[in-house]
Amino acid sequence: MIRVRRAAVAALGCMVLLAGCGGGKSPEGTNGAAPAAGASKVLNLYIWSDYLAPNTLADFEKATGIKVNVAYFDTNETLETKLLSGNSGYDVVVPTASYFERQIKAGVYRDLDKGKLPNLKNMDPELMAKVAQHDPGNAHGVIYMWGTDGLGYNEKMIRALVPDAPLDSWRMVFDPAIASKVAKCGISVLDTPADMIRVTLSYLGRDPNSQKEEDRAAAEAALLKIRPYIRNINSSEYIEALANGDLCLAVGFSGDVLQARDRARDAGKGIDIKYSVPKEGSILWFDMLAIPKDAPHPDAALAFIDYMMTPKVIADVSNFKRYANGNAASLPFVLDSVKNDPAIYPPAETRQRLAVQLADGPEQTRAITRIWQKFKTGQ
Amino acid sequence: MRAPAREGSATGLGKRLARVGVSGRGLVVALPYLWLVLFFVAPFVIVLKISFSDVDLAIPPYKPLLQWAANHTLDVRLNFNNYAFLFTDALYVDALLNSLKVALVSTGLCLLLGYPMAYGIARSAPRTRNLLLLLVMLPFWTSLLLRVYAWIGLLKANGVINNVLMSLGVIHEPLAMLYTPFAMYVGIVYSYLPFMILPLYANLEKMDWQLLEAAEDLGCRPWQAFYKITLPLSRNGILAGSMLVFIPAVGEYVIPALLGGPNALMIGRVLWDEFFANRAWPTASAVAILLLVLLVPFMMWYQNVQARESASEP
Repeated sequence: MIRVRRAAVAALGCMVLLAGCGGGKSPEGTNGAAPAAGASKVLNLYIWSDYLAPNTLADFEKATGIKVNVAYFDTNETLETKLLSGNSGYDVVVPTASYFERQIKAGVYRDLDKGKLPNLKNMDPELMAKVAQHDPGNAHGVIYMWGTDGLGYNEKMIRALVPDAPLDSWRMVFDPAIASKVAKCGISVLDTPADMIRVTLSYLGRDPNSQKEEDRAAAEAALLKIRPYIRNINSSEYIEALANGDLCLAVGFSGDVLQARDRARDAGKGIDIKYSVPKEGSILWFDMLAIPKDAPHPDAALAFIDYMMTPKVIADVSNFKRYANGNAASLPFVLDSVKNDPAIYPPAETRQRLAVQLADGPEQTRAITRIWQKFKTGQ
Repeated sequence: MRAPAREGSATGLGKRLARVGVSGRGLVVALPYLWLVLFFVAPFVIVLKISFSDVDLAIPPYKPLLQWAANHTLDVRLNFNNYAFLFTDALYVDALLNSLKVALVSTGLCLLLGYPMAYGIARSAPRTRNLLLLLVMLPFWTSLLLRVYAWIGLLKANGVINNVLMSLGVIHEPLAMLYTPFAMYVGIVYSYLPFMILPLYANLEKMDWQLLEAAEDLGCRPWQAFYKITLPLSRNGILAGSMLVFIPAVGEYVIPALLGGPNALMIGRVLWDEFFANRAWPTASAVAILLLVLLVPFMMWYQNVQARESASEP
């Protein structure tokens, strides 16, 4: 009994200490651990939920002695609002590149001290060059994971309705003659106007990053035509719904559709989900690791980013979460079932059809938000 | 309510404070005002300020309103465009009207469901009454979000309700309930019902039931007595409950977002789009101010009715 109580008191003491450190402003090394000279001992990480291997953070803490406080977000908008409000208190954040581009312009990020990132040499130069379209000279961030927008589908359900369905084409969603038939087993689209406008423009054979009013109008018309056939407009619920057989077709993110595929396999109800990048072309997205300007522990942040570029470490995340990473040196450690899966690591000829999603200007953003409201509500 | 008689027990400190004009009563009254200034007036002023500014790509994402220019002048830039803009596109007015409609229907449904429940509780034996009140408040022990998520589990295509109905053979295809206006109203009415029941109960509980007996003695049918006596006497409870449901329901965002279909056009959603999707904090603030301005007349009317009631009470 006494021992238990003493443990409880110690735990309480720890909690008080932690609460003091959690504020993010207290000096490092106050929690009793032997402070390494000059090194930051805490890291505040803000990352998408479910986006690390189970051992990643524990291994990092063991390797560096830096304690990681991790918090999760589920939309880029949440992250962006925190960053734009200032003093977020985070050391490393994981924005998607199109948001990242705009945030750099708003002065949110610190320049990377590349002298402290020796593992930078491991990164894939082709992919880093693509990201440089968002971040000239790759001055503010490195690639964490990347993926595509495409179609997640249940072939059996769709073939039952449309035997000759073109499963590798955006016509599945945007051709009213096909969509009206597939609608019977349920179509879902993403609730992110920036992605959906680009996908629509790809279907129309126009530049997906176009900021022209004429292209917007064409995309709007194409979207309104298929509105009656869309059951769900949501950016996360389609994972579960595809896996359950509540939907048979979804415009979605590669990683999410693969998650649906795995869940369907685990459930063992004979539901088989596939993913395709349509032949008309699609969107390539990158999630970046970056350091906010007002990060309280910039040295720990650099240590973390460098650690995440260690080939074995990032390969573990890819193997576990089934997302492609941007680290060329990690490929020998990536499982064959992951790196040979065209849905995760698209082959070269598919990659040629993928466009980087550049940031929209404020007027384009407002215009497509409005188109999207009209698409959703009919008003 | 009488003000607490604090002056009587004034200590040495109290006397000293009283000499400089700070009385116990003043302190007690000041506290709620301080609360109001800190948590209502200050945020309101900040939102109002942002609503008059311009969008900017910076931290924070709007231009400052006041700026010290050279030669000791204070530059003030008020941008009224954000308000004008709200009337150039029918979206904002439509969303407002639709939100008002949803709130009105929800309030009506809450009243229809809540009144009999409050009446039943008020007329039950004191011991069961406490139990029933506890049951009304029980849902507050879990978070609103969890309870709304529970409704998703109940209403979805292969959810509890559909599965039960299918296994009983009542239906053969699952009913599409989730992501419809029906689900949204279920969620709102379910979540706000206690706010209707509690003030109604508080009001009905104080009623003199002998009045009903007298009415019956004088030849009133039960439902006539209800219509002529109970209902008018519970007017204050109805008003209080309706306001507690109506005002938060107008700005409701979570429940329509989770349960309603994508075509549920609510002002809360429009505000979210402006703030998060368009990064237009000034426009979002203007929408918020407009919403507030729209709700003020309702609140003033309610205050007015309350004031008149309490003035007429002996």
